[in-house]
Amino acid sequence: MEETTSHLAENLAWMAWTWQTGVFFAVIASLLVILTVIAVWKPERARVGVLGIPTTRGDRFFITLLGSAFINLAWLALVGPELGWALALCLVYALAVFRLV
Amino acid sequence: MMEKPLNNRAWLLVAPVFLIVAFSAILPIMTVVNYSVQDTFGNNQFFWNGLGWFQELLDPSTELGGRFFDALWRNLMFSAIILAIEVPLGILVALSMPRDGWKVAATLVLMALPLLIPWNVVGTIWQVFARADIGLAGWALNALGIPYNYTGDVISAWVTIVVMDVWHWTSLVALLCYAGLKSIPDAYYQAARIDGASRWAIFTTIQLPKMKRVLLIAVLLRFMDSFMIYTEPFVLTGGGPGNATTFLSIDLVKLALGQFDLGKAAAMSLVYNLIVLAVCWVFYTVMTHAGTERPVREIAS
Repeated sequence: MEETTSHLAENLAWMAWTWQTGVFFAVIASLLVILTVIAVWKPERARVGVLGIPTTRGDRFFITLLGSAFINLAWLALVGPELGWALALCLVYALAVFRLV
Repeated sequence: MMEKPLNNRAWLLVAPVFLIVAFSAILPIMTVVNYSVQDTFGNNQFFWNGLGWFQELLDPSTELGGRFFDALWRNLMFSAIILAIEVPLGILVALSMPRDGWKVAATLVLMALPLLIPWNVVGTIWQVFARADIGLAGWALNALGIPYNYTGDVISAWVTIVVMDVWHWTSLVALLCYAGLKSIPDAYYQAARIDGASRWAIFTTIQLPKMKRVLLIAVLLRFMDSFMIYTEPFVLTGGGPGNATTFLSIDLVKLALGQFDLGKAAAMSLVYNLIVLAVCWVFYTVMTHAGTERPVREIAS
């Protein structure tokens, strides 16, 4: 067992993990799992929103993630390295996307 | 219940593909994200740098940010120039292509030829062709008294790269437009002739609207391709003279493999990747949903 974990650590070393990036990916992965569970539990039909295209929850999640990345980058470029309010803005954006798009 | 419930078990068949993609794309991109928040001096030792690289990258007054934005504008400028040339030229070529007979096949084969040549070969062809000392085009231009040297002069380098891209990819735009034109039934032209419509009126009211969708695809395809261009300018100018033709991908390779600044390069490639991803999403959305607003009419051609 010990050997296995040390092997694992060795094989993960090239990926240069940090706990912060670990948390980042864990959050995204768990959101994906939650969306999958919801999709199995309550299947849905795509609906047309403000963009004029049919979107499912998965599409809206993708739009949210991509948009959030740009919100954070814009905040970093225009305001500063404290991303607390940028994340709050992302939450508002996420709500808007899930309600309207 | 009238509706058939969807069977999600088919998704299991996607699992092998997912595994392959995980190894070829997801794990590497995770690694890039990990690199982007750290600094390294080699030997696989990493030091936490938080969002430092991103901040530097997005600030044009720093060295990293300066070169990133320079390369970005250069790249956008390049895309704008080649689109402004290739789209009208492609339409023009498509309009003058023969519509029936043996000439169609001959034209199609000829038009497809440049598309089949590998990028690095295209670069090499033009590298030799445009050389001022032994290249046919470069030598002829200089013999005519036009000073031309793509290794030393910025304008020459840009002209060469733009002409090379136009030579390589106008066929694609033309072939797409030709496909759009072929779908117009003859009855439309007959009606136009009866109404006494001019050539220009036929173009703006019949041909252009019919080509709208393929043109959209052509523009998006050419934008994406030119935004990610690497091989041809790398072979032709290597990003020079100076940094005059250093596009984003060339700069990225210089940063990552030339200077081995993994953190900076990772931050740059992530921002670059996000831009490409956003454009891709627009591309995909437009491709899959364009023309669905109005009912599709079936026309026998």
